[in-house]
Amino acid sequence: MLDIRDLTAAYGPVTALDGVSFTAPEGKITAVLGANGAGKTSLLRTISGLLRPTKGTAYLAGKDLSRVPVERMSRLGLAHVPEGRGVITELTVEENLRLGGLGRSARAKPADLERIYTLFPKMADRRHKTAHVLSGGERQMLVIGRALLATPKVLLLDEPSLGLAPRIVAQIFDLLKSLVESDGLTIVLVEQNARSALSIADYGVVLNLGKLVVHDDAAVLAADDKLRHAYLGF
Amino acid sequence: MQQFLTTALTGLTQGMIYAAFALALVLIWRSTRIVNFAQAPMAMITVYIALVIIDAGYSYWLGFAAALLSGLLLGAVVERVAIRPVEDKPHINAVILTLGLFIVIHALAAVIFGSNYRSFPAPFGLSGFRVGDVNVALTGFSVFTILAVLAVMLLLVLLFRFTNVGLMMRASAFNQEVARLLGVRVTRMLTQGWALAAMVGSLSGLLIAGGNLVHPSYMDSVVVFGFVAAVLGGLDSPIGAVVGGLILGVSLSFVSGYIGSEVIALAALVILMVVLLLRPGGLFSHAPARRV
Amino acid sequence: MTAFAQRIWASTLGRHLLLAGLGLVAVALVLENTSAFRNGQFAVMAYMGIAAGGLTVLTGLNGQLSLGHGAFMAIGAYTTALLLDDYESAPPLILVLLAATAVALVIGAGVGVAAARLHGPYIAGATLALAIAVPGIALYFQGTLGGEQGLTVVVPDVPNWFADAAYFITANDVSSSKYVAYIGWFSLIVSYVLLANLSRSRVGRIWRAVRDDDVAAEIAGINLGRARVLAFVVSTACAGLAGAVLALAVRLAAPSGFMLTLSLALLSAVVLGGLGSLLGALIGAALLTFLPQVVTSIGLDAGLTDLQAAELAPLVYGLTTMLVVILAPAGIVGTARAARRRRRSHP
Ligand SMILES: Nc1ncnc2c1ncn2[C@@H]1O[C@H](COP(=O)(O)OP(=O)(O)OP(=O)(O)O)[C@@H](O)[C@H]1O
Ligand SMILES: [Mg+2]
Repeated sequence: MLDIRDLTAAYGPVTALDGVSFTAPEGKITAVLGANGAGKTSLLRTISGLLRPTKGTAYLAGKDLSRVPVERMSRLGLAHVPEGRGVITELTVEENLRLGGLGRSARAKPADLERIYTLFPKMADRRHKTAHVLSGGERQMLVIGRALLATPKVLLLDEPSLGLAPRIVAQIFDLLKSLVESDGLTIVLVEQNARSALSIADYGVVLNLGKLVVHDDAAVLAADDKLRHAYLGF
Repeated sequence: MQQFLTTALTGLTQGMIYAAFALALVLIWRSTRIVNFAQAPMAMITVYIALVIIDAGYSYWLGFAAALLSGLLLGAVVERVAIRPVEDKPHINAVILTLGLFIVIHALAAVIFGSNYRSFPAPFGLSGFRVGDVNVALTGFSVFTILAVLAVMLLLVLLFRFTNVGLMMRASAFNQEVARLLGVRVTRMLTQGWALAAMVGSLSGLLIAGGNLVHPSYMDSVVVFGFVAAVLGGLDSPIGAVVGGLILGVSLSFVSGYIGSEVIALAALVILMVVLLLRPGGLFSHAPARRV
Repeated sequence: MTAFAQRIWASTLGRHLLLAGLGLVAVALVLENTSAFRNGQFAVMAYMGIAAGGLTVLTGLNGQLSLGHGAFMAIGAYTTALLLDDYESAPPLILVLLAATAVALVIGAGVGVAAARLHGPYIAGATLALAIAVPGIALYFQGTLGGEQGLTVVVPDVPNWFADAAYFITANDVSSSKYVAYIGWFSLIVSYVLLANLSRSRVGRIWRAVRDDDVAAEIAGINLGRARVLAFVVSTACAGLAGAVLALAVRLAAPSGFMLTLSLALLSAVVLGGLGSLLGALIGAALLTFLPQVVTSIGLDAGLTDLQAAELAPLVYGLTTMLVVILAPAGIVGTARAARRRRRSHP
């Protein structure tokens, strides 16, 4: 579904991503792991066009993304939930959600919004409050819900567990798992929290200093003691 | 008592105009973090367009509409051509750029329309109502002024609250990156925001001009008053800008009535400094102090 | 070069004094060989240059924008006019210049204390308000400040010692307008030497540190407020001096001379020349002084009326300012320096 080929990107002189290639298969969760500064965020930003590759390409269902403007990505079926969540706190909960569905046809929307509210009942109660009042976990749910409203084929998530209590993280990961099962969604999940991520992922990719170290089944990665000690810290 | 009432009413009318102008500044500030000091001459030159049309014998309303429309267009062009190249540069560049634009439009108006005073008509009466033997200072034109500004505010509220375009404009103002990831064409939203703001600026220009004399710098002090009003309201808040405009309008009217019209700019400066030093976040902020 | 000259060149002050001396000679040569009309223009260039020099230090070195320097020029000019209101009891001219500088400095300190706490658009807005407000004061205090008509300035006679010295060196008589031009350029050279030394000194380094990163500067123990106020005060003192020269040159201090356009013209002078560069400020002042004549005559030839043609100059420098900000934010001097550096590194 999402094919990464030799992707290379830099911030001026700093190379953040160096010839990374792997495939995130349809209907599966691929975890992207690595230490701080490994290039995980840069990988997602390069896929969604916020950062332009200096070399290599990402293909979404065969389509070359390297020249597609960021604004077009959601229409092509790529949703990117950025690091630090990306809730627009000045807008209300419902307005945040409405933004997610803007690219869609007018008829499909109302039903979807209701679906999100049944998935997250707490959000329904506060739909007209500014998103400022939501807790960290609720904000994460909000942005996932918002991304779903665009009915993406591929969902890129950047550290959804950041700063959340283990119980909330477990809830969110369960939700992701169920989405993959019910909607056939393809997820690329960037995580520092490697243990939890590998527990729900089908495949894992480990980055270090911008380079791909290994790409394998999640279970294999989780069982590899040496790798765990060297890159994953558990 | 009568003078007090007259002064208050005049201030209220002026305040509505400052409110509209401040609103235009706030719209742009929110989306691009730029104070558009060129807003005043931009409004001025569109008012001249209206004047040319009216002087050519067409109706006031045709001129009115033409001014608003050319404001819309001018705002979009300015954003595209001049502002976009400096949007990601240090803020001082943008400030200097708007001032350069200030000089340019000023000079352009003087070259094209001349720099002498010209009178601008008003579509409604300019003398007050009589209630018994009291002359109320509310003229037909000031009623129109108040209603026009209220209508614009209402339209803006409807636009921003209830339409998708409005939602996308707000999202672009608050978080460009997230908006882009959600499929919002942020650059287009910024252009539209500037266009809208310039149109509101033109409206305030028309309202100030009505029944008065216009010349290329007739709006210069208004940019200061609009800025002060916007800062009173916190610079980020459209509602704050409106309230700030009203407060400023009434205050300056009293300064003008009881001290002298020469010192109203000085009074505005004093109000600005007091607010910035005591309540830098504006009169209504609860948030912790902000760097101003 | 002799060893002595080299030693002087090596010290900052020595170098600046040497340049100042050369500048003085150049000024004398130019003023003695040009018409009275040109002398008048050079006086204008001198006061614009002084004010632009102060502004470029404030904006370029300290990062504070002021759109209100025209107001401080007004303060200097009105001070001069009040002191030089009649022929008999006029104090010595040097005292008048110092007084104008001092008054602008004191008021600048007051404004600077407030401005030092402001950032970005707020300081721009506040100083813009100042520029709009100050002419109103002259209108309000019509009795002392002369209202719309303003105050006329009586330029003192050329002192005998000056006339004698000038005659001895140049064999020319010194007209009043030439005298004013000399005063203007002498003031400019003195103020530029002071500004140049200040900007090379510890104070200048502190200003740059505050401009580049105020948080880091504060952590390094710099008192931000004091640094900003000092920069503001130095800058307004220059504007005050410039105002005094202006009053002498036009023999009048009136509100119409200090409208917003003056402050904006100053700003575009420093932007055109290159923010932070005294040479740039001087070039900018020269452009503002000499461009109008050229452009206006082109406009007249193209069939514009006098009034229209007079507005072509601001049109041109306003447009140039915008283009500079968009295309070459370093201004004339900064761009030239960068080009020279580039040529050196890729021969
Ligand atoms: N805006 C930027 N400008 C310059 N360099 C950057 C920028 N963003 C990231 N980098 C550099 O690129 C490299 C990769 O950073 P990236 O943010 O992709 O890492 P990451 O794996 O997401 O780290 P973390 O786990 O801390 O989020 C790092 O060396 C980082 O310093
Ligand atoms: Mg990251």
